[in-house]
Amino acid sequence: MTSIGDYSGRLPGIFTALGVPSFSTFLAAAAPELLPGNTGAMGGGGSAAELGAHGTTIVAATYPGGVVMAGDRRATMGHMIAQRDIEKVFPADPYSVVGIAGTAGIATEMVRLYQVELEHYEKLEGVPLSLNGKAHRLANMIRGNLGLAMQGLAVVPMFAGYEAADDRRGKRTKRTVQRGRIFGYDPTGAMHEEKYYHSVGSGSVFAKSALKKLYARDSSADELVRACVEALYDAADDDTATGGPDLTRQLYPTVLVVDAEGVRRVAESELANIAGSILETRKSNPGG
Amino acid sequence: MAMQFYASPEQIMRDRSEYARKGISRGRSVVVLSYAAGVLFVAENPSKALHKVSEIYDRIGFAAVGKYNEFESLRTGGVRLADMRGYHFDRRDVTGLGLANTYAQTLGAIFTEQSKPYEVEICVAEVGESPEDDELYRLTYDGSVGDEPGYVAMGGQSESITAKLRDGHDPAQNLHDALALAAAALSSVGGENGKSRTLLAGQLEVAVLERGVTGRAFRRVVGAQLDKLLDTPTKASTRSKSADVSQESAPRGSGDPVDTGEAARGAPPAEEDVPASGSAVGKTSGKGAAAKGSQR
Repeated sequence: MTSIGDYSGRLPGIFTALGVPSFSTFLAAAAPELLPGNTGAMGGGGSAAELGAHGTTIVAATYPGGVVMAGDRRATMGHMIAQRDIEKVFPADPYSVVGIAGTAGIATEMVRLYQVELEHYEKLEGVPLSLNGKAHRLANMIRGNLGLAMQGLAVVPMFAGYEAADDRRGKRTKRTVQRGRIFGYDPTGAMHEEKYYHSVGSGSVFAKSALKKLYARDSSADELVRACVEALYDAADDDTATGGPDLTRQLYPTVLVVDAEGVRRVAESELANIAGSILETRKSNPGG
Repeated sequence: MAMQFYASPEQIMRDRSEYARKGISRGRSVVVLSYAAGVLFVAENPSKALHKVSEIYDRIGFAAVGKYNEFESLRTGGVRLADMRGYHFDRRDVTGLGLANTYAQTLGAIFTEQSKPYEVEICVAEVGESPEDDELYRLTYDGSVGDEPGYVAMGGQSESITAKLRDGHDPAQNLHDALALAAAALSSVGGENGKSRTLLAGQLEVAVLERGVTGRAFRRVVGAQLDKLLDTPTKASTRSKSADVSQESAPRGSGDPVDTGEAARGAPPAEEDVPASGSAVGKTSGKGAAAKGSQR
């Protein structure tokens, strides 16, 4: 077993050996202590759920040219607000995004590992993973967290990406349709594709219901950005763990759009306008 | 009782050196040089799939000549090491110097301990804030490492290619001129009776490490973009062409969830609504896809 600590200056054999182009598989062999969840045995059988902060609601929806994912900015510990400006939605690679609800510490580490995983594959193999491949890889990582999930440290991710020409050598095959796709998961790693919209986290019931009414299949990206922000507003309206737009601190949801051009983050100024207009509408009709 | 013939250590090392040098000199050459907007890699390589130039990490590229299986295993090791360091510490903590040291140790150990040395020569390049900050490390089969000033040529007849580069290299060159110099240097050798040849776009593997990019700076220059750059345009159009690199490549890199100040490192900063890097990919989905797919 080799790790960065006892590393003698030259590349140990495991670095140059043939192997699966997966970073986490490599890490498990070369430096298992660096993998999330391998930080030592958990003592006792009790719940660890109150140990760390929890991130809450994520929504995503597809439109003809891509997919939008948005997350609120609140993290809670029990009844307390642990953080007001947490980020729960991240670019996973240039054509996909991942949002994670649940135990913040584990979620953040998992996203970090997942990002390296995708980049590592692309560098070693010369081509990026297919969108399905990326989605399965995430399912696998969630499954690896099952032990911690049973102690209350569950993470529930959502993955979305734009499926471009993701086959070998960049040539498009007939099988690949260029479109945005959403994948949902449960804490055991079960994966399911959501066709139009999806939400995870404590406020997901409200967010999804709101999105159901706001969603139209032929929306534009801009309309969908607004719909997602509004769905998060509705989640925050009824769920204490979900944060609404914070005008005093200028904190708005994280919104990422993925289309044929890649991942882009919706500008804060744009979100401020959207949040402002939603609040204006809600003044006369609080239920939306 | 069988007696082994005595061979002096000098003799053994000399034999190994000669063996490795012979293997390397048979291969086609690679040129790495700094230019105004980054570091340019140009390899004479007719294969579209077996690369001599590749990405290691955000600001670090790798170029090699010699035996493919040998430098490929070094490249794989480098990517694994860089990804592991970046994951363990931070993306900024992965440096070209660290990687060059590791390669030097590895090559040195192989040279002295194994019966056959690696027949490879590699260059680890790290793009800096300015051409003066670029780091080009040239590593040879025996593990010796040199910090090269602005340009490196490796492979068969590297001396005469280096001489060409020395004459024409200027760190303030734009991409078009730098590529022209590299192509001229590569084609200056290997022709009949020592004359120069003409190298076509299909025989060259070209990539750059772009200066001033957040996240992954490695881009392959392929297809129409490469054809355009290899032409001899007027001075005026040269400038726009060198700017094309960032436009034609797909947005790269991924964010770092911990670094919330810059959470969307792959995506553009929040103030910018449209990534400049994405435009051409969308415009020409076929070509953009090819460019993306070929970033391997």
